Amino acid sequence: MKSHNIKLGLICFLSPVLLWLFLLIVLPHLDLLFMSFRIEDDEGRMTWSLLNYFNFFDEPIYWLTFVRTALFSIVVTLLTFIIALPVAFYITKVVAPKFQGFLTLLLLLPFWVSELVRVYGWMILLRESGVINHFLVKMGILNKPVEMLYNDATMIMGLVYTSMLFMVVPLLSALESLDNSLIEAAYDLGANMWTILTKVIIPHAIPGIVSGSIVVFMLTLGNYLTPNLMGGKNSLWFTEQIYNQFIASFNWNQGAAFGFLLLVLSSLVVWAGLKLTRQKLGSVVK
Amino acid sequence: MIRTLPNSRTYTLGFKLYVTLYFVFLFAPLLVTCILAFNDSQFPALPWNGFSLDWFFSDTPDRVGIFHDQINLDSMWVSARTAFFVTILSTIVGTCAAFLFEQESFRFKQALYFLMLAPLVIPGVILGISILLFSNSLGTFFEDTWNIDVGLFRPGFWLVVLGQFSFISTLVTLLVSARLKKFDHTLEEAAMNLGANRFEVIWHITLKFLRPALIGAAAVAFLMSFENFNTTLFLVGCDATLPINLYLQVRDGSTPVINAISFLLIVGTSMLALANLYFSRKEK
Repeated sequence: MKSHNIKLGLICFLSPVLLWLFLLIVLPHLDLLFMSFRIEDDEGRMTWSLLNYFNFFDEPIYWLTFVRTALFSIVVTLLTFIIALPVAFYITKVVAPKFQGFLTLLLLLPFWVSELVRVYGWMILLRESGVINHFLVKMGILNKPVEMLYNDATMIMGLVYTSMLFMVVPLLSALESLDNSLIEAAYDLGANMWTILTKVIIPHAIPGIVSGSIVVFMLTLGNYLTPNLMGGKNSLWFTEQIYNQFIASFNWNQGAAFGFLLLVLSSLVVWAGLKLTRQKLGSVVK
Repeated sequence: MIRTLPNSRTYTLGFKLYVTLYFVFLFAPLLVTCILAFNDSQFPALPWNGFSLDWFFSDTPDRVGIFHDQINLDSMWVSARTAFFVTILSTIVGTCAAFLFEQESFRFKQALYFLMLAPLVIPGVILGISILLFSNSLGTFFEDTWNIDVGLFRPGFWLVVLGQFSFISTLVTLLVSARLKKFDHTLEEAAMNLGANRFEVIWHITLKFLRPALIGAAAVAFLMSFENFNTTLFLVGCDATLPINLYLQVRDGSTPVINAISFLLIVGTSMLALANLYFSRKEK
């Protein structure tokens, strides 16, 4: 009776999960791979071909955008880390404990708001008729308003802003677990701030740094909204190429090849990050 | 260095300044968006022309406030419906998955667990296009083989629901699993000894214990779905969700009505976030 029950339980739990994972994750991605090797020949029939991938390497705009997106994503990840580390350190180690909860709450609050609203906020701050220009002209720093949107620096800032949360949270929990006495000991032994940072704090926080970096990198790579709205026509982000193939050119097979390349790149980076620090995916997502 | 060690004044001051600047950076765009929703002006920009609620309530030809803006109201309703179904589906399936990975043992469990985590590391855009491709392939297949046209396989409401469900379920699974790990199994055993079967135990005992996590996970799922853009972009049909609709408006020039919507969203999500936090604190 009991074993019968357990079997039934397993089937009840397993079947919806299998349906979900196979119908919505495994099969669609296999189809993505499959479609990326198909092209329409001269007579309008679908045949097997590597042409979609050749096109990618043949056309500089495609692979340059790809490389650019990857490099910018690395820059964004680095910047996010550099900006977030002092904040996480301040909240966990420097500020009086009674403010800790409040500051953490304050830190997380903006990220509950839709990404679109946050990007829109930056747009009305930075554009030519925007709030910052208004103040700069009023104070006499600028003669006439300048367009601060639609360049690489603004786009990178926007991406850093968007993905900040996913760096701050793992850093907070990593630093939380760092024993204060380690820092005190290093200090008593005469270590300066830089030595403490590189020899005590960062080595301890490596798991948090890695999981934060992986998530930030992946989200930046796959971001469409922020590059599109803050970078404008000059953003040259790879997800826009995918969108163009799907929606504008209606060349789904080419788009599938692009999508698959992006998926490979993002998986490779996640895998390399995990391998380098000998972590498991399961422990990173927590 | 840290609060227990002597710090120089410049160090403390410098650090305070940095963190203050960081918070300004964090909140400036949101604050400005909210403030400009109340500016008596045709554009979401300064100068300040005085306080006005026109962009919420007005219904004149050159100023249509959000509560009279049928297109935006419709898209909000679409988003709310989408989020409702995504929440229900992903909470049920995510809870099943949590039970499956925490309480059952079977072959290939590790592999399946890894697969369950995959949606977290697949960019949303890729998830969108692969589901679009697959549903299109299925649609073509059904039409060629049985000559039936299935509406579900075309971009539209249900495809958006499925697309969002595909990764939000993973989040629900992780949130519910975290709580399930703390469950005291002797309670289950006691109930079993008293003659309850597996499902009675789950219904009367385990789910009662999981309730706060389930509510929290459902709230997160609702919000994630309501705000999703990347995956939805490729699956959306003729009824646009709010983020898609806002995106189109922001891209092609904007009016303060977007600020008004943003204000409502910011207030709404903050309330939900605070409530969620309050209840999870209380639980501890």
